[in-house]
Amino acid sequence: MTPPPTSTPPPVGAVRPYTVIVGLEVHVQLATHTKLFCRCPVKFGAPPNTQTCPVCIGLPGALPVLNETAYYLSVVTALALNCEIPAYTKWDRKNYYYPDLPKGYQISQFDLPMSCNGWLDLSDAQGRCSNRRIRIIRAHLEEDAGKSMHDEIAGRADTRIDLNRTGTPLLEIVSQPDLRSSAEAKAYLTELKLLLTYLGVSDCNMQEGSLRVDANVNLHIPVGSGTPEEIIETPIVEIKNMNSFRAVERALDFEVDRQYREWQATGKQKGEMPKQTRGWDDIHEVTKPQRSKEESSDYRYFPDPDLVPVTTTTDQLEAIRSTLKELPAALRLRLITDYGVTPYDADVIVNQGRTLADYFLAVADQCGDGKQACNWVTQEVLRSMKEGNLTIESFPIPSLELGRLIQSVQAGKLPRSRAKEVFGVMLEQILDLDTTLSRLGIQAVDSGALTDLGRELLAANPKVVADVQAGKEQAIGALVGQAKKSNPNVDPGVMRQILLDLIRQSAG
Amino acid sequence: MSLLDHSALELLALLQSNQVRAEQVVTESLSRIEQLDPPIGSFLHVNHDGALAAARDVDRRRHLGQPVGALAGLPVALKDLICTIDQPTTCASRMLANFRPPYDATVVARLRAADAILIGKTNLDEFAMGSSTESSALQRTRNPWNRDHVPGGSSGGSAACIASDLVPLALGTDTGGSIRQPAAFCGITGLKPTYGRVSRYGLIAFASSLDQIGPMCRSAADAALLLQATAGHDRHDSTSADVEVPDYLKAIAQPISGLRIGILRQQLDSDVDPEIHRAVTEATYVLKSLGALCQDIDLPHSQYGVATYYVIAPCEASSNLARYDGVHYGFRATQLTAAELTASESADLESEGPLVRMYRRTRETGFGAEVKRRIMLGTYALSAGYYDAYYLKAQRVRRLIRQDFDRAYQQVDALLGPVTPTPAFRFGEKSQDPLSMYLGDLFTVSANLAGLPGLSIPCGITVQGLPIGLHLQGPSFAEPTLLRLAHAFQQATDWHARRPPTS
Ligand SMILES: [Zn+2]
Repeated sequence: MTPPPTSTPPPVGAVRPYTVIVGLEVHVQLATHTKLFCRCPVKFGAPPNTQTCPVCIGLPGALPVLNETAYYLSVVTALALNCEIPAYTKWDRKNYYYPDLPKGYQISQFDLPMSCNGWLDLSDAQGRCSNRRIRIIRAHLEEDAGKSMHDEIAGRADTRIDLNRTGTPLLEIVSQPDLRSSAEAKAYLTELKLLLTYLGVSDCNMQEGSLRVDANVNLHIPVGSGTPEEIIETPIVEIKNMNSFRAVERALDFEVDRQYREWQATGKQKGEMPKQTRGWDDIHEVTKPQRSKEESSDYRYFPDPDLVPVTTTTDQLEAIRSTLKELPAALRLRLITDYGVTPYDADVIVNQGRTLADYFLAVADQCGDGKQACNWVTQEVLRSMKEGNLTIESFPIPSLELGRLIQSVQAGKLPRSRAKEVFGVMLEQILDLDTTLSRLGIQAVDSGALTDLGRELLAANPKVVADVQAGKEQAIGALVGQAKKSNPNVDPGVMRQILLDLIRQSAG
Repeated sequence: MSLLDHSALELLALLQSNQVRAEQVVTESLSRIEQLDPPIGSFLHVNHDGALAAARDVDRRRHLGQPVGALAGLPVALKDLICTIDQPTTCASRMLANFRPPYDATVVARLRAADAILIGKTNLDEFAMGSSTESSALQRTRNPWNRDHVPGGSSGGSAACIASDLVPLALGTDTGGSIRQPAAFCGITGLKPTYGRVSRYGLIAFASSLDQIGPMCRSAADAALLLQATAGHDRHDSTSADVEVPDYLKAIAQPISGLRIGILRQQLDSDVDPEIHRAVTEATYVLKSLGALCQDIDLPHSQYGVATYYVIAPCEASSNLARYDGVHYGFRATQLTAAELTASESADLESEGPLVRMYRRTRETGFGAEVKRRIMLGTYALSAGYYDAYYLKAQRVRRLIRQDFDRAYQQVDALLGPVTPTPAFRFGEKSQDPLSMYLGDLFTVSANLAGLPGLSIPCGITVQGLPIGLHLQGPSFAEPTLLRLAHAFQQATDWHARRPPTS
């Protein structure tokens, strides 16, 4: 037993004298139309107890039948998370009593989950965390419980149960305690969610409960001066009730501080008290002790005799693997190596989701210039989306039109100086490129016409020529302005270069 | 002479040839139930109006020349843990005394499709947990051969109503012998099919990996008829077998000459009632005389069957019965006022809160003693620290028992032995001694643990006038072989035609 330390807490901003240890359990609702063991729909928001049948409300005699689609989606996800998929997996009953669990047990997977030993790489070029490989212990399939609604009728201390959600397929993804900060936890969740949406296996809507996160956190505190240094572990706390990634980040930050303070006050270590469950209070921004709704910690798991084990052959796995969609990490790499996009911009594009990434790819393929496409998409397109509160799906400029716009600039058909103006008109008036150019009277000016115009201007302005020859090159600006006045399609940069070249030629 | 002296097959022929109407058959069945069942107590619910309406509908369609099902007009009784949308389904428990399922079990749907007449629901041990039907919370069922004796169980009601000729056909369920043992005690034919042969969807679970629905009738031929109508794959039951259903009636007509029968000598020579020993031995002579080839065979691990069974079945039951918690349906204990609480309950209330207290009181009063005993046994055996020593070990023994059978069936086509060590016992004789009751399942539980079919047919009557059962067992999906042997035996003997004395 270690005595409570006598040192005072470190001042704000000081290096923290401990390592944060976080593992996350993420429950993902799989994007099936029906429940895991019956054919009831899983549509969100239906009136209470309207999406139920004898199976999911646990009526006597009803039996579960596995939803093959749910199993398929879980295999897809597990493969994308680099998990091993054992040839044999089975279903277990997790027994506990709660009113929203009508059978008195949850069908889950205990000792032979459908996948294990995977990982997810974090490679955040935007600098929010370092490159890390977060190991995944297991991902297993289970059915959701129902929803208890407490005290929702004013003045009545009733609990009402909605069993619409009962039996919804959940994939529980359990990470190793490899995360070292709240920022890393958030980065892990962000990357995981991105991967799930790229795969299309879940809509990941946290408000509707299709993605739920529980965090296990404790601290490793180095004490003494011996080598190797002695580490004290604080008791592990499980945090629940976090309904956004931001909430996860803040709850972890709060809990880390709380645990450190508690350790300073009590000196309690891991193993000296039972694992505690705390709920995050988003309003007061604190974690509070929570009585676990599953009263007993002995769930008396045993194989569900109503279901048959599932076997998966290597051939089946390879067939699924071959249909796997491109994952965010692979796409980032492709943008960098094939399109010349910077790692930072690749991150920005990929993290916006597959649709935006596809938009970028189409723009880049049309114009043949990945860098230019990237500039336009990460700057003009994203800014316009933000300002107009648009999604990429509803963005008025089709990717091919934007690609042609960039092409026109490159071909000199559209002055660079007017490209953003054209973009703006295409966006506002929902016009294609050609219509916009003709409405704005933009035509390509050929270089012969520009040279003729330059000669005229130089002949009419000998003082400017003299100034330039005397080294005051900026004097040329006045002539560029006159050129633009006589023809609005004149590209100022190009005109300037022609004028300077003519002066040099005449001097030579 | 009652119409119900006829076998189901004979009645079917009369119905098909328009010599009798379904309404006559059903009326006769209903009036026999009304007159004869009160002292026996086989039925918990009689579907009087529904049965008559269904019979008239069959008659009308037959009259109009419209197609009717394979069992059109035949009354069938259902053990009261098979869900019926139009009749209560109680499991003979206070817990479900007023429960009406909102759906039909698959077997019920198949019987309706076959135009069978669902005449009522029969008594059983509460949640099928028992071997005498004494644990029914709702009613006592007596053995029609001697009313001081139990009918056996848990399908005691179905066995008694067949023995009393109240109906020609009934369904029971068998988890450790619950079809075969009451069939033996009541002198009728009862078949536990291969696990997965008949859908369990809508059968209220006792022990899911062991439960199987099967026919209880007066003859093997009638059992073949009823099995035909109920067997087959069901996509609502993941454990149901996707194996083709053979023509059982065609199969039973085959001679048995050359079939190899293994005599379970150890069972026969164990502590079995001498009259049973003699009757079973005589049955082997009959089968031999019909050309069967007999040899002694041993199932070395079957001696562990009862111990194994009484771990696995309660484990599954403890989980299967967790849903009866007073929250969603069924019985819920009323909350007592503060004045009605005992001092210790008041103290409990402080610590456990109203929800846990509702759970506790509901399950305490809703379940009978035997059900609670098994829930506790199972909960204990599945608990952390005991799981490996009980549940896991029992599963290993279960595999050994299955291997014994597999080895035996490399040598023989069927096994023969006694169904029970004793004939029907008296009320109360074993109900105070659960262990002796459990040991009565010694010869039947192994088939359930191995998932294999077993058949009980009458093969004698004791001096006291109680029936004796002959146990025939076979490999997976060997129902045709078992029915064929039984049918041949019944063609050669008349034990199955004996009737209890009318009082
Ligand atoms: Zn459902």
